[in-house]
Amino acid sequence: MSKPVDARKREMHHPQVQAWWREMDCGFTQVADVFEECLYEALTAFSKREMDDYVAAAKTLSRLGRGPEPVLAFLEAWPSVAGAVGTAALEDVMATARALQASPNGHAIAPFLQTLAPVARRLASREQLAFYLDIARELMARTTGSIHGRHATIASPGLPAFFRQAPQLVETLPMAGLQNWVDYGIRHYGDHPQQQEDYFKLALADSRAVLQRERHGTLFADAERRLDLYLRALWRDPQPLIPYSNAYHELRQIVPYYDSLGMRLPDVYDARNGISGLDRYRATLAHMAGHRRWSSPQIADNWSPFQRLAVEFLEDARIDRLLMREYPGLAPVLLALHPKPGEDACDPETTSCLRHRLAMLSRACLDANHGYADPVLNETVAAFHAALADGPSGTAQMAGLALAYVARTRRPSDQLPRIHFDDTVVDYRDDNRQLWAFIEEGDEEEAFDTRKEAREAEEPQGLPPRHYPEWDQASESYRPDWVSLYEALHPAGEAAMIDRLLEKHAALARRLMRLLDLIKPQNKQRIRYQEDGSELDLDVAIRSLIDFRSGVTPDPRINMSHRTSGRSIAVLLLLDLSESLNQKVAGGEQTVLELSQEAVSLLGMAIERLNDPFAIAGFHSNTRHEVRYLHIKGFSERWDDTVKGRLAAAGAGWSTRMGAALRHAGAALAQRQADKRLLLLLTDGEPADIDVRDPGHLHADAKKAVGELAAQGVDTFCLSLDPKADDYVQGIFGRRHLVLDRVEQLPEKLPLLYMALTK
Amino acid sequence: MSQDVEQYRIGKEPFYQPQGDEVTLYEAAYAARLPVMLKGPTGCGKSRFVEYMAWKLDRPLITVACNEDMTASDLVGRYLLDREGTRWLDGPLTTAARIGAICYLDEIVEARQDTTVVIHPLTDHRRVLPLDKKGEVVAAHPDFQLVISYNPGYQSLMKDLKQSTKQRFAAFDFDYPEPGLEAQIVARETGIDFDTAGRLVKLAGTARNLKGHGLAEGVSTRLVVYAAQLIRRGVAPRAACRTAMARPITDDADIRATLDHAVDAIFA
Ligand SMILES: Nc1ncnc2c1ncn2[C@@H]1O[C@H](COP(=O)(O)OP(=O)(O)O)[C@@H](O)[C@H]1O
Ligand SMILES: [Mg+2]
Repeated sequence: MSKPVDARKREMHHPQVQAWWREMDCGFTQVADVFEECLYEALTAFSKREMDDYVAAAKTLSRLGRGPEPVLAFLEAWPSVAGAVGTAALEDVMATARALQASPNGHAIAPFLQTLAPVARRLASREQLAFYLDIARELMARTTGSIHGRHATIASPGLPAFFRQAPQLVETLPMAGLQNWVDYGIRHYGDHPQQQEDYFKLALADSRAVLQRERHGTLFADAERRLDLYLRALWRDPQPLIPYSNAYHELRQIVPYYDSLGMRLPDVYDARNGISGLDRYRATLAHMAGHRRWSSPQIADNWSPFQRLAVEFLEDARIDRLLMREYPGLAPVLLALHPKPGEDACDPETTSCLRHRLAMLSRACLDANHGYADPVLNETVAAFHAALADGPSGTAQMAGLALAYVARTRRPSDQLPRIHFDDTVVDYRDDNRQLWAFIEEGDEEEAFDTRKEAREAEEPQGLPPRHYPEWDQASESYRPDWVSLYEALHPAGEAAMIDRLLEKHAALARRLMRLLDLIKPQNKQRIRYQEDGSELDLDVAIRSLIDFRSGVTPDPRINMSHRTSGRSIAVLLLLDLSESLNQKVAGGEQTVLELSQEAVSLLGMAIERLNDPFAIAGFHSNTRHEVRYLHIKGFSERWDDTVKGRLAAAGAGWSTRMGAALRHAGAALAQRQADKRLLLLLTDGEPADIDVRDPGHLHADAKKAVGELAAQGVDTFCLSLDPKADDYVQGIFGRRHLVLDRVEQLPEKLPLLYMALTK
Repeated sequence: MSQDVEQYRIGKEPFYQPQGDEVTLYEAAYAARLPVMLKGPTGCGKSRFVEYMAWKLDRPLITVACNEDMTASDLVGRYLLDREGTRWLDGPLTTAARIGAICYLDEIVEARQDTTVVIHPLTDHRRVLPLDKKGEVVAAHPDFQLVISYNPGYQSLMKDLKQSTKQRFAAFDFDYPEPGLEAQIVARETGIDFDTAGRLVKLAGTARNLKGHGLAEGVSTRLVVYAAQLIRRGVAPRAACRTAMARPITDDADIRATLDHAVDAIFA
């Protein structure tokens, strides 16, 4: 399809997408190129209104005067961000973008949006993301324009670097730790632009050291799957788990809680009193699951705050007791975490001791060896055990016990403003908001999730982009979701052209066929000399019979069975279809592309003969936003005219972003059931792309991709047509490569190479 | 021949704990000589049930554990060598058809589909078994019955019964017994105390809750019985559970950690 010069006039396939594109009124061709596919991805998750908001936000970002990069990054990232933290976060994200634009830091918008998706996925809740945005804005405010006292005219040197490192940072640190790490950088390097940038790039030893210092405990994100399994397996009560962070609210720490949206947990737990962070998470979940199973809400209006506090303590103790009954192994965990207040720790003359008394009561209900002497406490504990003796009892019965206890132990000093808090907080317990119903205020309505409205049956035509990471050798870390790869069927052409090419090589083809018949495994293999088999092996049987007759011990292995061919291999041929293939071969009339087509035709024919599962795909790239991956032959397709047609139509253009293509092809191969999986790459040059200046970068990424594939059981072999390949090909592919210095030999060499590799 | 029949008889009453009215239903199915298919996850008592019914109906029982390498001749029979030359030896299916036994093909989906089709003529009104290689057609004894077991949980395209095969059987659904009953079974089967049996069953329950969330199948009653047997032989309960119940069913580190935790939570 020819593309109009003005991107605004670009035609989209889908009429609704067309309407949105018109609405965008955007002149960037790069955006026009990927717009439709991005919208398709979003359409699978968003309602109509969410789509409108998405497009409106993209439009805003296209008007900042900062080129296509921010829009592209946003279009790609947002569906994934929204999937992780909800569409409501759009407001927070756009507010941050506006704040950056309004300061001298507009150039940081692109890096901000580029890493937003992995950051959001790791943080997993809108609150956590908002916390992250606040940290970034704090960094911006404190490092912008303050250099040598000039005002807000100089951009923050550290901010773009911070955004670029953000995925790695949130991977390693809880939010409070991130806040401390940023704060340290501002305080120590606020006045040195270069060092500040290096600090936030993690290029200073100091910044790495602080990072290590702040990393501790069990992070929610790392424990999430185990916690989900725990709730399912032990409580049959799977709930969405939503992390929150505490450093933010320093005055009043948030306590775990649950509501209709899920269970809220802190983003990190350190080990305490010999209980690991993971087990603390489990204890917290168990307590909430216990409430969900055994508690019923009480009307709060008639009771004083003191009375309610007492009811909560006793009800919590009942829940813990039932938890221990259900899983005795929880008892030592809960007892290690539950405080054990000293009986005389609180002075009732000067301090309100109600919390202290209740914490002791709670301890005594769980711990037979509590050792407290107070008679009222001991009587209440006895009544507690009696209530639970033959069943789970209930919240109302606990309320009765609690009110009686408060009445019997009441002291005037309970009203004192000074409250004894030490050793009275049981931190695996939730805040009990579900325990109370208020008649007066009316039912607090919960926000309902109204995502994913029913959508029309119309199916998008292209596939949504796949995102792949890219290895950044400078920082020795992956840039998550860095590359967008679009896969499609290669358009079809004229199959007869391939047949003509094959005819041209008729002699070669015949030679290949003879070779193939030699290596082709027999479809059925006989396994002889079997004691048990599917068939009598007459030769052997007669021999045995003769032995038997002549008094010799006969061989009992007179049966045979069959096994189908032992050759179990899957092969994917990946073709570099970059612009350079259009060059003429030195001293000839043919282009490298034409020679490649001939070679692939011969190979296709050969492999069809061998009956190995075999696929062909091509790729090229136009910056990291657009790697095109084109299917020419699928594993299940035969080598027929459809396939030949696609190969005939193969054209060359753009650049060679190898890593993403290797990862995508490798993923397809890794799914094949075969003893050996071979990814055969045919390329005429080194990895390169127009948005990457340092060629070493894409080399390092390709090498990394080859390593990843090896770990998944996929062998990669590179056949290079680049005479200069010796400089780098070994570095990327190790020994698994061959450089063909006479390109005209390709049609002959490619099938031979294949046979040699798979013999 | 009578010698043969005797060796296939179940001498002693096997212990089988009914879960519902399956015993009566089976008796009716046998009276009508309907082929029977027992559906359910592995290790939930299907084989034990067949043994029990064979004993109760006083029929010989021939059991074949099916596997991938099995061929039609493994079921039907083959030629062997003998003093006089080659001699035909009936396969288990043929023997059962001749002597009027109950033939139980266990885990039939494990066998290749071309193997499975040899049972077809036995399962309709013809009730015959053609021995192609021998040129004989065996008419089934009036007391002969075919029973197959089948685990629908595999959900692999390669391992499903052909519709044309399924359509030939009366189906019985089996599942793991409810906890109280399962604990009784385990206690009776192994002689372990009821409290420990109950904990083992509870542990099995936690694993079964993960079915479809990383586990293809939960822990079977058979594995619970194994764990109980280890404990009876003096193995510490936690170690017994890990060995017999958690390790066999998964290599997923997160699931293993969760099951190990469940072991600790239940056997404190
Ligand atoms: N209802 C039951 N009565 C007695 N034992 C049972 C019962 N269900 C399961 N079992 C025990 O479980 C074990 C496995 O059962 P089995 O019949 O072999 O399973 P399946 O044939 O379904 O794979 C038996 O050996 C027995 O110990
Ligand atoms: Mg609570």
